[in-house]
Amino acid sequence: MRYLPKSPADREAMLKAIGLRSLDELFAPIPAEYRLSRDLKVPRQMAESEIVEWFKERSRENGEGYTSFLGAGAYFHYRPVVIDSLISRGEFLTAYTPYQAEISQGTLQSIFEFQTMICELTGMEVANASMYDGSTAAAEAVMMAVRLTGRRSVVVARSLHPEYREVLTTYATHQGMPLAVVGFGDDGRVNLEELAKAVSGETACLLIQSPNFFGTIEDADAIAEIAHKNGAMLVVSIAEALSLGIVEPPRHADVIAMEAQSFGVPVAFGGPYCGVIATREKFVRQMPGRLVGQTTDKQGKRGFVLTLATREQHIRREKATSNICTNQALVALMVNIFMTIYGKAGLRELAKQNLAKTAYAAEQFGKQGKLLFTGAPRFNEFVVATSEDPYAINSRLLGHKTVGGLPLKKFFPELGNAALWCCTEMTTRTAIDTAVGLVAESESSVRSLKREADVEEVAR
Amino acid sequence: MKHMTRKATRHVNQNEGLIFEKSSAGKGAWKLPPLDVPEVDTKKLLGSSERKDLGNMPEVSEIEIIRHFTRLSTWNYAIDLGMYPLGSCTMKYNPRVNEHVARVEGLADGHPYQPEKVSQGALRILQTLSECLIDITGMDAITLQPAAGAHGEMTGLLMVRAYHQSKGNARKKILIPDSAHGTNPATAAMVNYAVENLKSDARGMVDVAALESQMNEDVAALMLTNPNTLGVFEQQIHKIADILHAKGGLLYMDGANMNALVGKVRPGDFGVDVMHLNLHKTFSTPHGGGGPGSGPVAIKKSLEPFLPTPVVIAKPDGTLGFEYNRPKSVGRVRAFYGNFGMFVRALAYIMANGPDGLRQTTEDAVLNANYMRKGLEATYDLPYSTPTMHEVVFSDKLQAKNGVRTMDIAKRLIDYGFHPYTTAFPLIVPGAMMIEPTESESKEEMDLFIEAMTSIAEEVQEDPQLVLDAPHSTRVSRLDETAAARKPVLRWKPGN
Repeated sequence: MRYLPKSPADREAMLKAIGLRSLDELFAPIPAEYRLSRDLKVPRQMAESEIVEWFKERSRENGEGYTSFLGAGAYFHYRPVVIDSLISRGEFLTAYTPYQAEISQGTLQSIFEFQTMICELTGMEVANASMYDGSTAAAEAVMMAVRLTGRRSVVVARSLHPEYREVLTTYATHQGMPLAVVGFGDDGRVNLEELAKAVSGETACLLIQSPNFFGTIEDADAIAEIAHKNGAMLVVSIAEALSLGIVEPPRHADVIAMEAQSFGVPVAFGGPYCGVIATREKFVRQMPGRLVGQTTDKQGKRGFVLTLATREQHIRREKATSNICTNQALVALMVNIFMTIYGKAGLRELAKQNLAKTAYAAEQFGKQGKLLFTGAPRFNEFVVATSEDPYAINSRLLGHKTVGGLPLKKFFPELGNAALWCCTEMTTRTAIDTAVGLVAESESSVRSLKREADVEEVAR
Repeated sequence: MKHMTRKATRHVNQNEGLIFEKSSAGKGAWKLPPLDVPEVDTKKLLGSSERKDLGNMPEVSEIEIIRHFTRLSTWNYAIDLGMYPLGSCTMKYNPRVNEHVARVEGLADGHPYQPEKVSQGALRILQTLSECLIDITGMDAITLQPAAGAHGEMTGLLMVRAYHQSKGNARKKILIPDSAHGTNPATAAMVNYAVENLKSDARGMVDVAALESQMNEDVAALMLTNPNTLGVFEQQIHKIADILHAKGGLLYMDGANMNALVGKVRPGDFGVDVMHLNLHKTFSTPHGGGGPGSGPVAIKKSLEPFLPTPVVIAKPDGTLGFEYNRPKSVGRVRAFYGNFGMFVRALAYIMANGPDGLRQTTEDAVLNANYMRKGLEATYDLPYSTPTMHEVVFSDKLQAKNGVRTMDIAKRLIDYGFHPYTTAFPLIVPGAMMIEPTESESKEEMDLFIEAMTSIAEEVQEDPQLVLDAPHSTRVSRLDETAAARKPVLRWKPGN
């Protein structure tokens, strides 16, 4: 086996040193009746070239080379080459969690820089080293608010990513945390009147997303006011991190639970991604996840260590703030490098291109289908209602090697034939025009079918 | 220090400040293509939501970024440099073909919501990996959704709770041996179960008599790591399972130490009802400085209705798809389907090994741990003489007489060119030194480690202060962790 660095003679010498005759004797502690006497049913040992070919074959079955208008929590942005070049260095790729600080300063300093940049972008005072993803970060942020307020009820916006809401429901159910869901208005944003009624003196926190699942930007300040008036906390989930390049962060939020996938992380069929929690300094001791802090060594030299570990499972066991151990460190490094490449000016310009592509696409689609939620600002997603079922339109679009917007009826049956479309700096005008053309054809054929039906009606 | 030159030599590495300290206005490492749609008036589109300033985000050029991160990288230890004998962490070689195939275009660019018709490749990967892991564990079904081991534990215990709930009583507590990893009790708490400790016997195994007396209808499950954190296989495992099952309880296995078992013995065959795997341990996906991981949960048939949604199914027309309509499911534990990129890597690892390679891997891992034990048992105290599987736990008892503790010896190992072993864990061994070499180490590397440990033991006798002040060869010496926690500085600010 090519990964194993031993010759038969090495094995023999080692066995002899231990005083054993065969490798099987090493397994004597395992009662014989449980030992497996057959080969595992896994593929036979394959050459590297065969493995590469097998996965390329899977790639070709997986929409390779298609243009996509999908977003909804997983965004196609350009990934500068430098990212993979740097994270492929074995010293980053094959290092463990930096518990031994003296030989982990590279990882530790990069996390410290990551925490700093997340604070700058979110307007928060502290950020952790990463969570699994945006959905679990949101659920853990809510549990953090429950601990901080000593209250148990949670109010969730229906305009939150529906899968994030499902994850929160899973986390909350067994904690006896009642969840109330608040609907959205004609502008696609949280219905503030309904929200005000749902929040009470028992509410631990409100969880909203901005830009929300429909791409519209919530009025986070107004929502924060409702939360704080009732002594509740505001948790804001941000699924499209790039929005922070041009959209004001929710500065009155108490906790921000972010998905940073947009920053240089492959869409990769849903993971691995990079969740992050950012909050105020005064809440840090209830924060889940690892934190890196600055300190000095015996000579007074600056260095970095994992800190405030008394929140964590390896110290506090069942009293820990979370059970999280392994996080998404290498993905956080991708995010870190991406933020460094684009930096202060680039992130804004990149976000602006997303805004422009989306504004153009929304306008074009709006001329054919019906653009929903027009009353509020949006970032790079928009919702279009068509006369025809969007699944049917999408299936024709596949013929043009294009994946259309996400039909919403699965998550929001009340929106009928609406679909959520996303444009980023990667979306070309040609692709937009092609998709719009197909929607136009669909609308005109529905209209002509309707006309024929009307004519028949009259004739009868 | 007589052996030091055999493994490591000191060399110059570059100083490097924080990226913010290199930043100045007008530098940049990006260039956007020309816009092919009309420019927009951001004020008109965003109104008061428009952001004007990105604060202290850095502005640096590409060469500075390359040097910055390359310099930082040289300050890290890594498997690629040498043995990383962290007990229970299974720091094995991370094959490069895994990285290559995870970046194949249609997989790296596959969107989780693209139509099933153009997702057959990804679905086939999910299905193939699931089938492999089911046979490796001897279980009946699996979910790949959990993002890491602890997340898998939570998912497993949620299913345990749902199972008991379906029988009318969710039960109250989880039994956890005193040798367990900290995530086990933390997970039980997250699923709202009380934790009851179970003590180990003189051989470092579950005290079966204690289990018998503590087991009752309030106990939902026992969370057991097998081999346990002493590297010891629970020889009475079937008795343990029987005691639990007799009172309606379930056996949860923490699969952190599965590297000792793959291809040799299957948890499903010795009475386990639910278990998680760590793809970033046993199945070679890289640790990446702390993640990402992946924590699939394998279960017996009786727990199948409770699997998280969605599950992969074969459709009547032969294609694969996701099934969402599962009324008894515990729900989702993560958006989308889990850390897909890790599935690709783990499957590539399984394919590179095949059944024979996986078995040989396990044999070599156990061989290395036993060779390590043999090489060090004359020098360090071995608190449990029970046979060793994939890792061995010594204690600092002999060295403590000279005032040198496990952490000091660990830090001194750094000067010899090795990453330290796991210190002060498991908790049942005072001054624990937990060593897991994995199969990735050659006899030569093992011999160098044994030499280093032997040499350090001599130093403890001759010059304990040398060990107490270690490491001597790193760019920073021991860091003040107390100050870091007392006055936390968790981000850079201009001027500090």
